[in-house]
Amino acid sequence: MAKTWYNIKKGALYVALIALGLVCLLPFLMMIVNATRSGVEITRSFTLIPSTHLKENWVALFDYVNLFQGFWNSIKVAVPATILTAYFSAITAYAMAVYKFKGNGLLFKVIVVFMMIPGQLSLIGFYNLCQKLHMVNTYIPLIIPAIAAPGTVFFLRQYVQSALPKALLEAARIDGASEIHIFHKIVLPIMSPGIATMAIGAFIGNWNNYLVPLILLNSPEKMTLPVMISTLNAATDLQKNQGAIYLGVAISVVPILIVFCFCSKYIISSISAGSVKE
Amino acid sequence: MAKNQVAVKKKRNINNIAYLFVLPFVIVFLVFNVYPVLRTLYLSFTNYRGFGDAVWSGIDNYIRVLTDKFFWRSLWNTIKMWSLNIVLQLGIAFLLTIVFSDVKYRMRGLGVFRAVFYLPNLISATSVAFLFKTLLDWKYGSFNQMLLSIGIIDEQINWLGSSATAPWVISVIQTWMWFGNSFIMLMAGVQGISRDYFEAAAIDGAGRWTTFGKITLPLIRPIMLYVFITSLIGGLQLFDLPFLINGISGGTAGNPSGTLQTSVMYLYKFGFETNQVGYASAIAYTLFAIILIVSIIQFKTLGREDD
Repeated sequence: MAKTWYNIKKGALYVALIALGLVCLLPFLMMIVNATRSGVEITRSFTLIPSTHLKENWVALFDYVNLFQGFWNSIKVAVPATILTAYFSAITAYAMAVYKFKGNGLLFKVIVVFMMIPGQLSLIGFYNLCQKLHMVNTYIPLIIPAIAAPGTVFFLRQYVQSALPKALLEAARIDGASEIHIFHKIVLPIMSPGIATMAIGAFIGNWNNYLVPLILLNSPEKMTLPVMISTLNAATDLQKNQGAIYLGVAISVVPILIVFCFCSKYIISSISAGSVKE
Repeated sequence: MAKNQVAVKKKRNINNIAYLFVLPFVIVFLVFNVYPVLRTLYLSFTNYRGFGDAVWSGIDNYIRVLTDKFFWRSLWNTIKMWSLNIVLQLGIAFLLTIVFSDVKYRMRGLGVFRAVFYLPNLISATSVAFLFKTLLDWKYGSFNQMLLSIGIIDEQINWLGSSATAPWVISVIQTWMWFGNSFIMLMAGVQGISRDYFEAAAIDGAGRWTTFGKITLPLIRPIMLYVFITSLIGGLQLFDLPFLINGISGGTAGNPSGTLQTSVMYLYKFGFETNQVGYASAIAYTLFAIILIVSIIQFKTLGREDD
């Protein structure tokens, strides 16, 4: 009897969890289904059965905006920025964790302080700086600042401290390996799980970034995907054809969904790391 | 003696390379992180308008912020949207943590549920805004269609077009985006608690609620504080979603009587639309001061209970 009651309660919990899961998934499902329906169909009724108007929606959407251009632009920004964040955060974190040098403690304190400073505090000064350096409407201010990612350095510094056996470094030094060689050949491979975790997070952040590209990029052919998607509102023709808008949003979401399918473990461990590190 | 000196010298050489390793980070950090923050501070004391010279104007901008009723209204709007969001977000995350850490039920599928709950957080705010704006469209949105076909409502609700519903809808969308994130963090905290505590409690005959109240809760309090503070910092910077929904809505649902204007949207308006850069900088620092004060109060109140 107690056993039955236990099973019922447990079953109810699963039902509630699955319902919550559906709430998370339903908007995506509606989006994909509506991307295949015509504007008239969408306005008339609600359904989760796909229709046959994908091609028309595609034509209508690409008549207005070349999303693949935005796609390519986003790749041009997000990929180099992610690589810079990964490499330079790793080498900085390694140096801070392993070597003794003047200013190490100060650098660490400054990094922690800047992790807590909200982005809007630098936004205006950042734009002002880009104006002075004539870098408005270029990708440089979206890529180069990725070299300094305080949060990533913070995380990787802890990672080196816990995952890197110091004896390995001593052994390599006795063998006569140079310091930079040691970093590239021994340290980087050992750090790679931690680097991958942070790199995926950095990539998604870069890919989804909206505010900074919005203020920096003003010519349409340079716009990244989120900025380009946000211009769809100006398309009054498209307002009549909601199917095309759903399709545009779906196209922007798909790459992230694919990344997530393969890397969800890394992504979740990066969030978990964020909470346990303090 | 001599040998020792060589060793010391060699050691120092090894450590010197660290300067080279951290140099790129430090340079870029100073230029793109430190300088902009200080530059914003300087501009907040000037009447800079986006071009020409910045003329020193003392604390004029700050006096203007403090007496600007639209600034305070935007702050109130932000707090309103954030407060419902944080209650729902932490509430759901907390319930999920209780369910998944329950020693009696031993729920399975944590990995899958965690991934599904986190999914909405991966999508750019632009896509989320467009998706919900279209789904929640007054006349043609699928959400109203769905409610009508089930029979929950008799006529369409203008979710994003009325000041009675729009801010709360934003809160709920924010919750949808962020509860998975909070859940993962809280759960990581629970999983970080040593098994020994739970075993000791079981030996002492503690029930599950006693175990939860006396062991789990106190030990994850630092993480709850962390989640709360990060959510506060993020929440008071709320921009993308209301900005986009506001902008997208256009004719059918434009910023219903200004209730969707957040503080950072207000800052954006002066900094990048009307070019009152000095004033926008003062808004940024005033907002920062407010965030700082609230965070310190939170630390003090939530931290003290540990004694």
